[in-house]
Amino acid sequence: MQEQIINGLLSAVVAAAAIFLFLKERSGEDRLNRKQKKMLIRILVSAMLLLALQLVTAEGFEPLDRILFPAAGRITRLALYLIDYGIIGHDILRKAFQGIRNGRVFDENFLMAVATIGAMALAIYENGDYLEAIAVMLFYQIGEWFQGYAVGKSRRNISELMDIRPDYANVEEDGRLIQADPDEVAIGSVIVVQPGEKVPIDGVAVEGISTLNTSALTGESLPREAKPGDEIVSGCINMTGVLKIRTTKEFGESTVSKILDLVENASSRKSKSEDFISKFAKVYTPAVCYSALALALLPPVVRMLFLGLAADWGVWIYRALTFLVISCPCALVISIPLSFFAGIGGASQQGILVKGSNYLEILSQVKCLVFDKTGTLTQGVFEVNGVHHNQMEAQKLVEYAALAESASSHPISKSLKRAYGKEPNRARVSDIQEISGSGVLAKVDGMEVAAGNDKLMRRLGIPYVDCRETGTIIHMAIQGTYAGHIVISDLVKPHAKEAISALKAAGVEETVMLTGDIKKVADQVAASLGIDEAYSELLPGDKVSKVEELMRGRHGKSGKAKLAFVGDGINDAPVLSRADIGIAMGAMGSDAAIEAADIVLMDDDPLKISKAIRISRKCLGIVYQNITLALGIKFACLLLGALGIANMYLAIFADVGVMVLAVLNAIRCLFVKNL
Amino acid sequence: MKKTYKIEVDCANCANLMEDAARKTAGVQNATVNFMTQKMIVEFEDGKEPKTVMGNVLKACQKVEPDCEIFL
Repeated sequence: MQEQIINGLLSAVVAAAAIFLFLKERSGEDRLNRKQKKMLIRILVSAMLLLALQLVTAEGFEPLDRILFPAAGRITRLALYLIDYGIIGHDILRKAFQGIRNGRVFDENFLMAVATIGAMALAIYENGDYLEAIAVMLFYQIGEWFQGYAVGKSRRNISELMDIRPDYANVEEDGRLIQADPDEVAIGSVIVVQPGEKVPIDGVAVEGISTLNTSALTGESLPREAKPGDEIVSGCINMTGVLKIRTTKEFGESTVSKILDLVENASSRKSKSEDFISKFAKVYTPAVCYSALALALLPPVVRMLFLGLAADWGVWIYRALTFLVISCPCALVISIPLSFFAGIGGASQQGILVKGSNYLEILSQVKCLVFDKTGTLTQGVFEVNGVHHNQMEAQKLVEYAALAESASSHPISKSLKRAYGKEPNRARVSDIQEISGSGVLAKVDGMEVAAGNDKLMRRLGIPYVDCRETGTIIHMAIQGTYAGHIVISDLVKPHAKEAISALKAAGVEETVMLTGDIKKVADQVAASLGIDEAYSELLPGDKVSKVEELMRGRHGKSGKAKLAFVGDGINDAPVLSRADIGIAMGAMGSDAAIEAADIVLMDDDPLKISKAIRISRKCLGIVYQNITLALGIKFACLLLGALGIANMYLAIFADVGVMVLAVLNAIRCLFVKNL
Repeated sequence: MKKTYKIEVDCANCANLMEDAARKTAGVQNATVNFMTQKMIVEFEDGKEPKTVMGNVLKACQKVEPDCEIFL
């Protein structure tokens, strides 16, 4: 029965290998590499020979006894099986031998060599079943081959998904477009980007109007307008018109290269789980080997000496050999980094750049999230948010304010100008008098205008109405009478509130906001967004000590809860590096942020933070699934093997099967789009 | 000094072994093998010539994993 199953499997292997080899040769691209092809041919030949030998059976060789000499049939059969064994296993035997010579005894080659030679020796001794040794070696090699192929393929697939590397840059020479290697384009050259092409190098648009698709960078296909004078970030796809761009950076320094570098090197920073597994692998293999030795020796000795039973050496040696087959830790060792690699790849497609597997791991343990206010939760752009108690038209009041403040370059006056919408006509303004810390007095259209804070109003002795709203209040007085006030405030980002509740849903226990802004504003923003705690009026240095304080409190409770800091990377670099994990937002084109942070969000949507956390959780979940799956099945097989329930076939299928499942499971990390 | 080399190695455990072997080679401050991108990042001790050190690294790696390749 078992033999028939094995024969069936062998035929399947022969058919599959032949078809695969044929198809791969036909298709021009995506060919197997030389090593893989050679191995596949070896698998095919050896499986065919084995199948043939199985079909002939031992009786088929008996005529040889009569023709040549007694036992000739048996020897010929043995020789043919040995040849087949050599075809499929010679490299394993060679590697095992080299390993022993180099003082590295316990590796998988050694295990396979011992297990199959052992099975072979038992077969010769019993003159029977050579099939097992060769089939085990064959299936092991198929497993190895498949592992190499699957891992290579998924590695390439993930890399391709992340590949935003432009292949060429169009340079204009003598009126003709020439496709040049982006590496060779000098700073200041003009490149042409046609609709549908990727922008290869960072630069400034000099000609043409178009829309850019930034989805390769941010994961969001929000179109962005581009006109002459605009900065253009490489990696965007030009959608509508032809753009001419003067490059401001070399290709190697451009956004696109930096991102690629970052993501490619991310998996070099190994996570704790990876370290655990590689340490475990170092102990696991020798441990299983010694157990196998013990299993081969102890029970027979005990049976002989103490129980007075027959030793059954064959049985126990066979069980020990089964042990050896299961001892290869490859499924574990491969699936963990592959999961992280896929997770990092999936995240980068969503515009979330993770600088290392370790950061993805820490991110999944984040329980406390600390935000910087300006630029992170709010837009960092001051805008006129309301005009109250005005006696004249609101627009008119803003116009007077803008004119009065027209000489100033303060952010407040800039936002007034923006609200006014036109360039203020300076001819209408005269006698501008700036009162430091209070505001301005000026004559606009001959009327005396005072614009400033409550101090200015008190100084002028004009009664004013206080505002309930938070923000910067500009009181206006015209011709000595109160004319109302203008509220200027930093606008909360559209998704900020949603983002906070999404974070809570994702398992973040505590949200904290740090800001240099005044308490009233900070508390109001925190309350409106649902943030647990707000610390205001902090200097940049205070933010670091506040984060340290929060981390102490956090780590005190349990070592595993981590703290993440989210900032815009502009003036909070020290905090970003101090926190367990630093997340920088809106980093498109900002080198400082990419440098300082551990995780970089390409656009400035706060919803991405919760997405990043969910991706990390999913990825780590898969990592733990793989660890338990692989270890669980291995230990179960070890136990069954020791009890004599599992034979060598089961062992090899457990080994290869677990590896395949773990690799497939790891690939799931890539699918994070709808998380 | 830090340098990155392209490598070819088939199994993840072998990559770990290579990393160990490279780290133990004289003249190497630290080494990381990235199986996924098939790269080896080697940090050399000051004043060591990468070429000669890498020769030894390659030898050490091929001792633990005969099939591996480092493209120097």
